[in-house]
Amino acid sequence: MKQIFEALEKDARLTPDQISTMTGTSVAEVKKAIKKAEQDRAILRYKAIIDWTKLGEEEVLALVEVKVVPQRNVGFDAIAERIYRFKEARSVYLASGTYDLAVIVACKTMQEIAVFVSEKLAPLEAVQGTVTHFILKKYKEDGEIFEGGEEVKRLPIAP
Amino acid sequence: MSRSEPVNTKLSKKCISDKVTALPPSGIRKFFDLLSNMEGVISLGVGEPDFVTPWYIREAAIYSLEKGYTMYTSNKGTPELRTELAKYLQSHHGLVYNPDDEILITVGVSEGLDLAARAILNPGDEVIMPDPCYVAYPAAISLAGGTPVRVPTTEGNDFEITAADIESSITPKTRAILIGYPCNPTGAVLPRQELERIAEVVKRHHLLVISDEIYCQLVYGVEHTCLASLPGMRERTILLNGFSKAYAMTGWRIGYAACGKEIIGAMTKIHQYTIMCAPIMAQMAALEALKSNDREVDVMVRDYDRRRRVIVKGFRDIGLSCFEPKGAFYAFPSIKVTGMSSEEFAEKLLMEEKVAVVPGTAFGDCGEGYVRCCYATSLPEIEDALKRMARFIDKHRKK
Repeated sequence: MKQIFEALEKDARLTPDQISTMTGTSVAEVKKAIKKAEQDRAILRYKAIIDWTKLGEEEVLALVEVKVVPQRNVGFDAIAERIYRFKEARSVYLASGTYDLAVIVACKTMQEIAVFVSEKLAPLEAVQGTVTHFILKKYKEDGEIFEGGEEVKRLPIAP
Repeated sequence: MSRSEPVNTKLSKKCISDKVTALPPSGIRKFFDLLSNMEGVISLGVGEPDFVTPWYIREAAIYSLEKGYTMYTSNKGTPELRTELAKYLQSHHGLVYNPDDEILITVGVSEGLDLAARAILNPGDEVIMPDPCYVAYPAAISLAGGTPVRVPTTEGNDFEITAADIESSITPKTRAILIGYPCNPTGAVLPRQELERIAEVVKRHHLLVISDEIYCQLVYGVEHTCLASLPGMRERTILLNGFSKAYAMTGWRIGYAACGKEIIGAMTKIHQYTIMCAPIMAQMAALEALKSNDREVDVMVRDYDRRRRVIVKGFRDIGLSCFEPKGAFYAFPSIKVTGMSSEEFAEKLLMEEKVAVVPGTAFGDCGEGYVRCCYATSLPEIEDALKRMARFIDKHRKK
């Protein structure tokens, strides 16, 4: 079972036929396992990792540290939800340490990020304070290295 | 008279020893020369992983350089690495070796093989080995003054050397058997029962075994049994292994030999005069490889397994019978449907479809009718190579 998802995680475009061959599981079983994982939201979505700057698109990212007051009964979950429902919030994590929520914000311009943080995020009642770090360069995302990844320098024939 | 007079070729030929002159050139070399001038070739001809050495290992080597570890080590290898290897051999194979005098760090299994052969052979001693087998086996034995005796293995018996075949090849001159399972080039793995039978033959005839287990961590759905772990075999087995394949460390050239202290002592004697010691930075890297958990190795093994299944099914779908390899990262399909020799097939395939494979005959006469294909190659390349080969087979199928 693990083999099916490991193969799929590496290349989401693999067909059930291919995965069946790769794992020695029948096509029907592969399809069933994938369908169940989709239903259980163990597989959330299939998507591409895109280097937008290569396509000439500008994108500005910021890591925003958010300090919040946890609320009775719901802890951090309610405020986290208030934040992650904004489409600008690309990732939201609850973190240990000097702040509570780590929010990756993605916008077209620095100005848009400034507006989002100052007008949407910071004024939320439970938010005590924010610290915004603009991302200067992406080296690696979701396990993928952006530039100069691991190139294999093998000779074509070897014993 | 000019000092830069060209070397007389007749004279230079005379300069070469009979032993080396008699040694056949590696069957792989020719293809390397052909390939070097071609573009767009998909190579299934390699014998190494397509992973770069895991970063934590490379990082440890860089750190060791920063710290100034640039000197000789003990002839036997660093005590830390030998100690860690002793722990590894105990936890993985239940084998107890004294790191002080029963483990030797070598420059790859290649050196270990050479040392083992030179340490135990007298001129004319015979060494039994399977056919096909890794290209260096017969050469190492010949260079050490021994005589390689090949025991045929076939697709019909899953390319497994049998105790019975070994026993019938034994003569008064037989000194040792040399085996390497999981096998390069066939991918065969010897089951425990056969190893037990081989162990009985070895003990009955007072032989030694050189066991090259470099691919032991790359097995798929079967267990690898370390020959030295069978009762009474520890003292009779020169266990050769290394870091190249499992940890994707081919270029670091680090291997090791483990055996009783007499044989390791003899091998160390040769090693200290010829090699001195294995490179220290590579030993530092190997130490890190052993100390970390094998999670990255497991990920690589599962990845090879998926590609193994794709290539084997692919060959069968295009009409080539293909033995199911259980270890290493090679498939060894039969190309007999074309009626061509292995070498002719490999050469034509390279010229017409730009796919490089290694003719089975490079590994012995029993490799005739087969080619070795390495599936440590990216999945898209494997699929493309299969398409090209399908076209080639359709064109050349024996009418």
